Amino acid sequence: MLSRSANDLFWMSRHVERAENIARMLDVTYRMSLLPYRVVEIGEKWAEPWALPLVITGLATDFYSRNETLTAENMIQFMVFDAGNPSSIHALLQSARENARGQRGAITSEMWESINSTWIEFRELDYQRLVATGISEFFDWVKTRSHLFRGVTVGTMGRDEGYHFTRLGTHLERADNTARILDVKYHTLLPTVDDVGGAVDYYQWGSLLRSVGAFESYRKIYRDAITPYRVAELLILRLDMPRSLHFCMAEVFNILSELAHGERLEPERLAGEIHSQLHYGRIKNVFETGLHEYLMAFLDRVDALNGEINKQFLVPDYA
Amino acid sequence: MPSNKFYDEMHGPGGEILAHYRDYAAWLAGMPANRIEQKRHEAEVMFHRLGITFAVYGDGGGAERLIPFDIIPRIIPAAEWTILEAGLKQRVHALNLFLHDIYHDQSILKAGVIEPEKVLANDQYRSVMRGLNIPGGVYAHIAGIDIVRAGTGEFYVLEDNLRVPSGVSYMVENRKMMMRLFPELFGAQPIAPVEHYPDLLLETLLAAAPAGVNDPTVVVLTPGSYNSAYFEHAFLAQQMGVELVEGLDLMVRDRMVYMRTTRGPQRVHVIYRRVDDDFLDPQVFRPDSMLGVPGIMQAYQAGNVTLANAIGTGVADDKSMYVHVPDMIRFYLSEEPILKNVETWQLRKPDELSHVLAHLPELVVKEVHGSGGYGMLIGPAATKAELEAFRERILATPEKYIAQPTLSLSTCPTFVESGIAPRHVDLRPFVLSGPKPRIVPGGLTRVALKEGSLVVNSSQGGGTKDTWVMEALSPDAQNQSQNQSQTGIASEGA
Repeated sequence: MLSRSANDLFWMSRHVERAENIARMLDVTYRMSLLPYRVVEIGEKWAEPWALPLVITGLATDFYSRNETLTAENMIQFMVFDAGNPSSIHALLQSARENARGQRGAITSEMWESINSTWIEFRELDYQRLVATGISEFFDWVKTRSHLFRGVTVGTMGRDEGYHFTRLGTHLERADNTARILDVKYHTLLPTVDDVGGAVDYYQWGSLLRSVGAFESYRKIYRDAITPYRVAELLILRLDMPRSLHFCMAEVFNILSELAHGERLEPERLAGEIHSQLHYGRIKNVFETGLHEYLMAFLDRVDALNGEINKQFLVPDYA
Repeated sequence: MPSNKFYDEMHGPGGEILAHYRDYAAWLAGMPANRIEQKRHEAEVMFHRLGITFAVYGDGGGAERLIPFDIIPRIIPAAEWTILEAGLKQRVHALNLFLHDIYHDQSILKAGVIEPEKVLANDQYRSVMRGLNIPGGVYAHIAGIDIVRAGTGEFYVLEDNLRVPSGVSYMVENRKMMMRLFPELFGAQPIAPVEHYPDLLLETLLAAAPAGVNDPTVVVLTPGSYNSAYFEHAFLAQQMGVELVEGLDLMVRDRMVYMRTTRGPQRVHVIYRRVDDDFLDPQVFRPDSMLGVPGIMQAYQAGNVTLANAIGTGVADDKSMYVHVPDMIRFYLSEEPILKNVETWQLRKPDELSHVLAHLPELVVKEVHGSGGYGMLIGPAATKAELEAFRERILATPEKYIAQPTLSLSTCPTFVESGIAPRHVDLRPFVLSGPKPRIVPGGLTRVALKEGSLVVNSSQGGGTKDTWVMEALSPDAQNQSQNQSQTGIASEGA
């Protein structure tokens, strides 16, 4: 297929996935803000719950260039409605719809109708209406629309190259998001030593699990208290957890093998390398390396993989 | 109720319903008002959800609008269509012969039928096309001919569109919408189908491939998703099952055109381009164009790729050449034109200019190269100040304008705020030229929704209707419509 089409489809699903992840993150932040919390360094703005989205997305500078204070309303305006913020739900849904609009011929009409009506419904919202209908209800709506779109994709799209690039975008975006959320929780919201194992700690780790929809899975798998060690294991190494790095990279590797059509291509090799580390890795070693260092190294390698995918498929330069 | 000032598509002069509308009118009369309202709403929601929109220029960029769709169809009886169809084929045939001629022997210029400089100095005349032979000698593979009905129902050609005519997707989508909303209508009446247009288009494009190519690859070239007709480009590519490409997706290597795919460069043989000549190749035309493909003209001149439409068709469809089309038909085909031209004054001629300036409030003045209803003056609807301003513009560059009488365009009953009222309509049939000319029965009917307005362009607030060509009628109805078409279609050019 056309490289530009593949690129649009790849970004269409990345944008939808990212919108869902932003909604999850904001929802958890909102819930956390309703709980009592203590911050590591008193007075540091970034350590408040509403700073979490800024730390994860790296948008603190942008945010403070538009807002003086960190409040729930400012944050929601910025991360949900601000069209000028490329990571806002507004911008992401709009971009996803633009990507889809450019590829009407490559996606099914049900996919288009799903994403188009999401956008049309979103356009009718503003902050007042969002508060009136409920903040969490709105984030649930975003998640539901993302689920719906993914479901329509899997349920209607032919298993052609376009499908592979669409799914590739979903899983790369999801891996990226899981790694970032895990990293931020571990390093910026680390409670004081006194809090470890306490109620605050429990809520925070519980929230993190909820933000990636893994709270119930954790309960089922570990049937025990929530500990950072196990959370990290669940979200990095478990193959049965659909938002874990391992699961996502296994999908990415399979898709890239499919797309290589038997040739030996760099994206597949690189994905295989990342995948095998997760496949054969142990959580003990992750913590020996240091969770933060491990996750940063992972993000770097995924970045390199993105570069290779661009070069090979999406924006090839062979003129 | 019909206004008796204008010819009405549905009603006779005494207000009686014309034969070809009888079944529909009876059905409509039996429909409860709230059901009609509900169906109209349903149509609107559906068009929105399907994203059948167009972008409006000068509207803050990239704004999408729905083209209002009216659920009362415009119906054309078979006998009238037969004549229209013959007239359209004749006209487009002559236009294609004219284009071939002016880029080769120029016999029509040598014979003195048209002044040579009018063609050769026209800025739409592309000297790069001189002597170039293109497959089948077809220049305008796709032509949109704007037809109006005036006076007592005579058909006139208002305009030939031979560059990148648009609107055909609405023709198809309007039909799909009508069938979705009112399937019962299609069971009861012999309405000629239109949904196979993309198949015919693909056949036309495949037939235009460079000689010797066995399994040609066709693509649709679009300026991009911000173009006003982007929906149509995507629609046609999807319906034909071919790639929709932008300039950056294509590249030229060794005078051959390739598209950039995930599996490397892939050869392209036929490009249905919806990009104007000027933007097609920055090496030959506008160097600042970001929409085109550098080197594509070399590939074209080498015969390695077919462009549809060909380069340089604009010279035949501007409004100064329009006046000569009846002569082209006589010159190339030795036939009398089946379809009439609208009387047209060329303001570059001093005597015609002074006549027009004296009658400005009664006339319509158009830019020779204008389109889309932009930059025109409708005398009877203009204010004094507007008339004066336009007079200045004409006097500054009279050669840029033509003038025509304000036609009493026919009306068709249409749903408006106050109920059903007559509104002016036109018709754009699409003529495909290949080894054989093909026309899908009907075309796109555009309707001016504002009361009294004659401007049907969607960019100017026009709407559309489904257009039905009745394939066969009861003998009684057939007689009546034949009588009509004899008065309706004149056999001589203006």
